[in-house]
Amino acid sequence: MPELIAKTALSGQSTTHAGTTLAEVNLGQITSIACFPGQMAAVSAVLGPFPAPNTHADGLCWTGPDQAFLIGRAAPDLTGLAATTDQTGGWAALRLTGPLAVDVLARLVPLDLRHMTEGQAARAPLGHMQMVLMREADSFLILVFRSMARTAWHELEEAMQMLAARKAL
Amino acid sequence: MRLICPLCGPRDRREFYYSGSEDYLNRPTPDAPAEAWDDMLHLRDNPAGVTRDLWYHETGCGSWLLVTRSTTTHEILATERVADRKGAGA
Repeated sequence: MPELIAKTALSGQSTTHAGTTLAEVNLGQITSIACFPGQMAAVSAVLGPFPAPNTHADGLCWTGPDQAFLIGRAAPDLTGLAATTDQTGGWAALRLTGPLAVDVLARLVPLDLRHMTEGQAARAPLGHMQMVLMREADSFLILVFRSMARTAWHELEEAMQMLAARKAL
Repeated sequence: MRLICPLCGPRDRREFYYSGSEDYLNRPTPDAPAEAWDDMLHLRDNPAGVTRDLWYHETGCGSWLLVTRSTTTHEILATERVADRKGAGA
């Protein structure tokens, strides 16, 4: 069996406009954890506290009712407690950092992100794409379907260019 | 127009898919007469006022919502998750 090298959707590229940086990041393993009815407490006992709606912490991000992504570590055995599916190759992760980050996302996401604080997360559209959005200390972490990676990149970079140009006037 | 998702908070209408009347939640028993099934599938009121219908939070959390709204004032009076209703599975 030949040794194959896993590549991320955008080869880890990054771009900077007006001090704001968009970069693809490799989050490592991503597993979707969907709790079976009434098993959330048992899942929490194995995984650590299950994230409340619209939050993320310690590599666990809420993605829907009784459902979360486990990011950056291997999933433990949750047989009988939750449905686990490997999502590692299914998502592209982009990190947006800098003074224009909120304004860039304001052009594409119908949410008021000015007051989003570290540890908050959201399921929301990016343009017409499904997105998992996480607010980190100094940045936003954006997860989109891998098949949408280049579209998401294009939309975000276009918004960055437009805002950077306006700022340069 | 904004709908208030019980999980995600107030969200733009673009995030939701409109399914139809709440009648779809009230299925007749399998042995009900054909008229009951016909009513559930096809017979609809068209009220000028309060109506209840099903919306799917498509680009959000993926919940089915039961929305009570007014067709005359466009006011959203209540939203609840179908999964949270009494007697819902799980």
